[in-house]
Amino acid sequence: MPAIWIALIILALAVVGYVLGVKRALSLAGGDSRRLHSRTTYYGWNVALFAAVPALLVLVLWLIAQPVMLERAMSGAIPEDMLSEGANRSLIIADVRNTANALSAAEQKGLLSAAELADPAGNADAIKAKLTDAGIRFASGATPQIFAAAEHYSASQSTGRKVITVLALLAAVAGLAFATMRIHPEFRARNVVETFIKGLLIACSSIAILTTVGIVLSMLFETGHFFQAYPWTDFFFGTTWSPKFGGGSQLGILPLIWGTLYISVIALAVSVPVGLFAAIYMSEYASSRVRSVVKPAIEMLAGIPTIVYGLFALITVGPMLRDYFAQPLGLGSSGSSVMTAGLVMGIMLIPFVSSLSDDIINAVPQSLRDGALGLGSTQSETVRKVVLPAALPGIVGAILLAASRAIGETMIVVMGAGAAAKMNLNPFEAMTTITVKIVSQLTGDTDFRAPETLVAFALGLTLFVITLALNIVALYVVRKYREQYE
Amino acid sequence: MTDASLSGAAAPARRHGSLTQLDERTRRRNAAEKRFRAYGAGAIAIAIACLAILLFTILSNGLGAFRQTYLTLPVALDAQVLDPSGQRDLDAMKKVTTIGYSKVLEAALRQTLAQNAIPEEGLSKKDIGDLISKEAPAQLRNMVLADPALVGTSVDVSVLTNGRVDGFFKGRVTMASAEKDSNTSPAQLQLAQTLKEKGMLATKWNWAFLTNPDASDQRPEAAGVGIAILGSVYMMLVVLVLAVPIGVAASIYLEEFAPKNRLTDIIEVNIANLAAVPSIVFGILGLAAFINFAGLPQSAPIVGGLVLTLMTLPTIIISTRAALKAVPPSIRDAALGIGASKMQTIFHHVLPLALPGILTGTIIGLAQALGETAPLLLIGMVAFVKNFPSAPPEGLFDPASALPVQVYNWTQRADPAFFERASGAIIVLLVFLLCMNVLAIFLRRRFERRW
Repeated sequence: MPAIWIALIILALAVVGYVLGVKRALSLAGGDSRRLHSRTTYYGWNVALFAAVPALLVLVLWLIAQPVMLERAMSGAIPEDMLSEGANRSLIIADVRNTANALSAAEQKGLLSAAELADPAGNADAIKAKLTDAGIRFASGATPQIFAAAEHYSASQSTGRKVITVLALLAAVAGLAFATMRIHPEFRARNVVETFIKGLLIACSSIAILTTVGIVLSMLFETGHFFQAYPWTDFFFGTTWSPKFGGGSQLGILPLIWGTLYISVIALAVSVPVGLFAAIYMSEYASSRVRSVVKPAIEMLAGIPTIVYGLFALITVGPMLRDYFAQPLGLGSSGSSVMTAGLVMGIMLIPFVSSLSDDIINAVPQSLRDGALGLGSTQSETVRKVVLPAALPGIVGAILLAASRAIGETMIVVMGAGAAAKMNLNPFEAMTTITVKIVSQLTGDTDFRAPETLVAFALGLTLFVITLALNIVALYVVRKYREQYE
Repeated sequence: MTDASLSGAAAPARRHGSLTQLDERTRRRNAAEKRFRAYGAGAIAIAIACLAILLFTILSNGLGAFRQTYLTLPVALDAQVLDPSGQRDLDAMKKVTTIGYSKVLEAALRQTLAQNAIPEEGLSKKDIGDLISKEAPAQLRNMVLADPALVGTSVDVSVLTNGRVDGFFKGRVTMASAEKDSNTSPAQLQLAQTLKEKGMLATKWNWAFLTNPDASDQRPEAAGVGIAILGSVYMMLVVLVLAVPIGVAASIYLEEFAPKNRLTDIIEVNIANLAAVPSIVFGILGLAAFINFAGLPQSAPIVGGLVLTLMTLPTIIISTRAALKAVPPSIRDAALGIGASKMQTIFHHVLPLALPGILTGTIIGLAQALGETAPLLLIGMVAFVKNFPSAPPEGLFDPASALPVQVYNWTQRADPAFFERASGAIIVLLVFLLCMNVLAIFLRRRFERRW
């Protein structure tokens, strides 16, 4: 039974539990709810929570644990002679899993005969032919051993399913029974329910931490695999990026970092002056009517998905820059270039810079401005000599946040910057960034054993570390500044 | 001063001009002031111009996708070609592939040309047949298989024209560009023009763009965003069901219950940082955790929904906390004062008052998730999907596409007609976003209250 149906049954049981709880509490109190410690609904909630939460927890834990246990069981089942060929254990497991999925898909469509299903290893070739005919994807290099392992895998998977169905439903019924039994007129149902809910709230807040742990672990794990297959010095100090599926790739990150920084610098060169001046105008000069129109209009730029900017770069900005700047100047003939991606990303970043700076400029106390104006400064002198220096740390923080966005931005560079890993100064040439390479290494048919795929995780980790450091510095700067006037 | 001038002492040399006349320095300062102001106004003009150009190019490129050129003609469904066995047996008729149907269509078109006395002007049979979309034979085949009695009769059908012909009437393809194009010729376009003058070709509103699945590289005219819309809706469902309760619960704890200690401090810093983690990193997480580790299927809306849930959680938490914070303490004090428990105070009094703010934040978070592309590329949503996913919950595990990914997918194809489709899909996406934002603004206005 799919997990979703189990979950729905558990929820139905919880509803039943609610009704049961209310009824039982009322009947124990002789129909007079004033004799109960808590309001009647709390007795219902008490039963419903005890029925649903532990059972769902069991279900979720099992869903997480099952793949690990199956994998461990399978690692033992794979004969050693398959591993001696230098094949990676996890890849064989992936093959087995694919084959098992393909077999069950074929079984559902009724493609395989009973004899073939009973002994997939013996009929490997026939099954492979049928799967190919039906257009079902499976591991192409599947050997009879893999088919045998796949059969084993499917069997243990379906046993696991049965076990979890029984376990989860049992937990639900047991919780329901336990909570119902506990009810008596003196039972402090409200206190129990509130403690329970508080526990749930705490669990929800820790999901943020779990996500971070998940991100770091998933990337560390695969990055570890990558550095086993490829020396880390070549990765961090290599100046050539040329992945070849087939071995002998050079995977130096420096050209990617160069492209990333170059594009980000152009993006910031566009967005910082425009965003900053827009913020100054809005907070110092504009009338409230102009402001009420202009501010949301600029913030609309922030709400537009990046894929729209990507398309804009690809079909409008790229060809325009090529036809009017790059080709007449003899600087290149590529529609996708550092300049294209940088300009469009700069437009995207304008609202980030302007909104954050606007807040910070508004936070500068009016008394500072009044003082400067009272001494005879013009308005622009006040802004330049008093307001901006006072707001500077906050503005720096805003720029750092924008920079971290620029470094992590994906769709604009995927569509606007090209894919050539080069370390070049010409802004009208196609270059590439870390995010582009993560996408290109991980899309399409990927082989999770090859360093050419695993490198994406190392790139991701590098990106994560860079942006995280920038964010932390930015948050620190912004916070530290804000304290001054509070 | 006054005394000195009264006493008749020589007035000191006047260093300043009259008050009515600006001196050099003041003029410079005033000019600088004007310049500074102009820079600010210019910056705003640039930003708004960028927005305008962006929206204008997308609209002008994409509106064409909502109109499509159709050819209406009588087709004689030749029994000898379509049902060689003559039994009207469905299984036998299924053996006739679309190639057979395309012959029937080609013949019908040529016959129509002859009837209307339109010269073929040195066009080969194939050239004439190519005016019709490669999608049309499949359409005709489905029609015949659904109603085998049609065989042998003549029916009026309306079929899609080839993407180039369609592009010609939308101005994307010109006679000059057709000369260089190996897929079409000026003579074909001339013929299409003649057909249009005879009233057989017409450009009509194209519902199919909103309901059709994606089509292969050869048939841009048949490609639609149906599956992508459905996939996006499924993912939003997952995000709505998971992210909203979890996000609200987390904010309630952090805002109302959490003691100020090390752990909650870590959680808070964590959430602030998660909000700024590049989206592609969430894609890597989804690939590693949900697909490689948990073994969930690739390209499935459930995986996309889970990834987007993790991404939107920080946004929802941050806005919900702001909404909770905005509820004045007097409400809490009043509830506590008449004997409500802390939990009752929050769930019965604070939360309902904070609800509009929470909803607004949620909608904005959902809008962000709807437009997100990069993480979905990594979990395999770029795959070509031809079949509609089934209804939830099983459909959540079926392969599907998503609107932004469909846009990316189309931009990767060679035929320029797909750029029009991509811009069209963006218009659909922007309309969805606009609706969500209008809803958010409406909610904010409707429930806005001053304390």
